[in-house]
Amino acid sequence: MKLITHNMLTSKCLKGVTTGYPLSIKATNVKVTEVDFNPEFITRIIPKLDWDVLWSAADSIGHSEGLPKTVEPKFEDDEEFLKKAHRVLLEIEVEEGHLTCPESGRQFPISKGIPNMLLTEAEVQ
Amino acid sequence: MSKRPEHLAPPELFYNEAEARKYTQNSRIIDIQGQMTERCVELLLLPEDAPCLLLDIGCGSGLSGTVLEENGHMWIGMDISPAMLDVALERETEGDLILADMGEGVPFRAGCFDGAVSVSALQWLFNADKKSHKPVKRLYTFFSTLYAALSRSARAVFQFYPENESQIELLTTQAMKAGFYGGVVIDYPNSAKAKKFFLVLMTGGSAPLPKALGTEDMNDNLEIKYARREATKNARGKPLKNTRAWLLEKKERRRKQGKETKPDTKYTGRKRSGRF
Repeated sequence: MKLITHNMLTSKCLKGVTTGYPLSIKATNVKVTEVDFNPEFITRIIPKLDWDVLWSAADSIGHSEGLPKTVEPKFEDDEEFLKKAHRVLLEIEVEEGHLTCPESGRQFPISKGIPNMLLTEAEVQ
Repeated sequence: MSKRPEHLAPPELFYNEAEARKYTQNSRIIDIQGQMTERCVELLLLPEDAPCLLLDIGCGSGLSGTVLEENGHMWIGMDISPAMLDVALERETEGDLILADMGEGVPFRAGCFDGAVSVSALQWLFNADKKSHKPVKRLYTFFSTLYAALSRSARAVFQFYPENESQIELLTTQAMKAGFYGGVVIDYPNSAKAKKFFLVLMTGGSAPLPKALGTEDMNDNLEIKYARREATKNARGKPLKNTRAWLLEKKERRRKQGKETKPDTKYTGRKRSGRF
């Protein structure tokens, strides 16, 4: 699971959970893979992200060094910043571990990089 | 015995390892899935040359995702079958994958996707595979959470295989109830094989539905009526085989079915000269 997905993922499908965001990450295995840098995509996606959540997610898996805590207003011209954002959004992948819902404490296991968001019958709204 | 996979087993069981394997080896499946995804992307009407974040619902082994990548987009896929997702991992697709059931809702934050595509997945929602499954409720949960996850003015395009008219109606009512505008576009309605159903849903206000392929000559109702009468007249006296009229009719029929056909010229159906 890439951190861009984590930034979008919620547990609001659980019964009784309203926001279910952000899910906390507990990672036992983190992988870094090379992905082609696409500055246009990163510029387009940054306004949609919750940067604080991204920063703390990166911090919780130990990949926050060098990553600014806030987004500068003129970020689209700062290639250095876009490269850092690219690395943290697309190249760092959580392979094994679990996600935890902030409201119910329900855990979603991540195996082989795929988070399992399947619910049981009792948990469906 | 019906041949529809939805009637055989629930999706997470039907798409087992053997079935998932087919999706990497069968070039026909790969080809068709690719073509349908291309058409879905066309119907999405994304801003030109801008890389977008798309949601692939029922991404399976990532065949559709590969097409999205080729179009320069980033995608996140969700599917209920672990075996299919394993194949997607093997194929090393660029998109990110999630194991989730679309009938339980789309587990994403509001407004994060620029569009959603789904190839041959929606028909699975009509089934009640567990005692707790209620198709109408699952459809509504799916559409309402999807509506929330899309950004405004985004579209969602689903290629699907409906069994009958009432399924299409059920789909559109639930989608409208969730706030979407749109409808079903049917490509090549005159062909049994090439006929394809696309549910096109829009979030930002109603806009005219895109035109279906292979329907160029059915724009006027009156014309159709006359054409039918002509057709019945002709049926009594079908053109003689191997004549030019017979050939033109045959070519017209192929064109309607969306098959590749050479254009009609003055040479069509003409005898070679004796000197040849």
